[in-house]
Amino acid sequence: MPTKAMFLMIKQALQKPFTNPFPVKHAPVNVTALIEKVQKGEVQIYPPIPIPEEFRGKIHYDPERCIGCRFCITVCPANAMEWIPELRKIRHYVSRCMFCALCVDVCPGKKFPGEEKPVKALSISEDFLLADYDKYSDNLIEEPPEAKEKGL
Amino acid sequence: MAKTTYYVPIGPIHPALKEPIRVEAEVEGEKIVKVDVKRGFAHRGIEYMGMKRNAIQTLYLSERICGICSISHPYAFVIGSEKALGIEAPPRAQYIRPIIAELERIHSHILWIGVIAHEIGFDSLLFWTWKGREKVLDVLELITGNRINYAMYMIGGVRRDLKESHIKALRDMITYYWEFTEHMKEVFLSDPVYKARTRGVAQVPKDMALKLNLVGPTARAAGLRMDIRQDIPFDAYADMDVKAVVPQDIVGEVRGDAYDATMVRIYEIEQSLDIIEYCIDNLPEGRILAIPNYIALLNKIKKTAGEAIGAHEAPRGEVVHYLKYDGTRDGPSVWKVVAPSYNNINSWGYCLLGAEVADIPVVVAYIDPCLCCNDRVAVVRDSTGKMLDYSFIHKKAVEKTRALEKELGVRK
Repeated sequence: MPTKAMFLMIKQALQKPFTNPFPVKHAPVNVTALIEKVQKGEVQIYPPIPIPEEFRGKIHYDPERCIGCRFCITVCPANAMEWIPELRKIRHYVSRCMFCALCVDVCPGKKFPGEEKPVKALSISEDFLLADYDKYSDNLIEEPPEAKEKGL
Repeated sequence: MAKTTYYVPIGPIHPALKEPIRVEAEVEGEKIVKVDVKRGFAHRGIEYMGMKRNAIQTLYLSERICGICSISHPYAFVIGSEKALGIEAPPRAQYIRPIIAELERIHSHILWIGVIAHEIGFDSLLFWTWKGREKVLDVLELITGNRINYAMYMIGGVRRDLKESHIKALRDMITYYWEFTEHMKEVFLSDPVYKARTRGVAQVPKDMALKLNLVGPTARAAGLRMDIRQDIPFDAYADMDVKAVVPQDIVGEVRGDAYDATMVRIYEIEQSLDIIEYCIDNLPEGRILAIPNYIALLNKIKKTAGEAIGAHEAPRGEVVHYLKYDGTRDGPSVWKVVAPSYNNINSWGYCLLGAEVADIPVVVAYIDPCLCCNDRVAVVRDSTGKMLDYSFIHKKAVEKTRALEKELGVRK
């Protein structure tokens, strides 16, 4: 007895795949060779699906705007913020972050002369490809540049 | 005399299980003659963690109790906290909250329908239903910023406002799902194969469902009219007339099996669509947060004492949070969570007894178990079966840590 499900499945087989084959349609045999080919422009990769307007990606930290109020440390549920007492600034570990963006909501920011409104030190970026081998790599820690120079 | 029964242990870690639980069955041929369900393998001490953090941190911790319903626990938490602290959310926030909660119910129910298709061995149907689920996840991502772990609620309101573009996306989604549920009804409810695999399987009569304390769609499939949104209405649910979806209203008879559970869940998706439509049609204007400054909110919590119970109807059943604020800390001094799967797992022993081995996946899946919600207490026993007390275990743990530190040469 033919059922509705049978027709659905036959219809499915004739349609284009629903998912986005990012970055390439089939898993490559040699990944390094594929990356080289992409860099030379021989192979085209499928772009990722565009992210929505208010997507919560990696937190960006601007130490110039930070006033050292420590509100972000108070509210952060994952304890991803570390206080640097010598500089009165914070260090943000992206590997611990859970992307709730509470710190962005709570950040008062700083007003430079000539500006009408204060600009927040913490902001949400659209960055979401964060895979790394080392959780303490430079890509995954947001800190003031002086902290790195002085080794704090 | 030859041995006639065989002992089949499954779990706690097993390729067929997604989460840790142990089922010990005694089988005679294809028939199960003795069964025991053991739980308690996923205890994380999350309540104790919550009692050491402040209320905002605990709210986001509660979002991580469950792997999939990431709004039910925060919803119960904010309802309980607002009652205890005497804060009332603005009307606009009270209408935005049910929208998010119902969107989550839609995606959770479609996920379950896919899982049950997978458990009866119909994988093409699993992918077809999950393809339909993408639409609601896209809407959730548009409104809240992420596909899961929405970070939307706050004590005294919501954090993000609904814009015109969001409302347009919601209306598109509602039209899409009215069509999709019609397809699902045809594919699942009038399919002879699906009927053969689920009719009479995992059957719980009404009086037994009461005795086993079942909640949520499982209890409603057995004919019990229970739903937190109907019994203890909160927020915008109090303004609309939410009625529990029971099979006797849909087809006129109740059998309380997995087929009825499917029917209840598909019709609940339609009910959720109605609720979302009502909320966006009657969305009031105004603020979305009672206390917009989080630091001021924490200071208020520090000065207020009170206790309350917050309850919400999660996709799987009722979630209950007990909260007590003592007025000295900025977080709850007591936090107790009751999750729906704990009650629903009671039905496994009853349903498995006398069932066939091939029915085990359907019986396990029909309550939509979420084991990471479950375990609230962990008990350690020694070899003689005596329960070990906390101070003894703590002493042993400290001893072992010191020994390990010495062995590995950890610097202090």
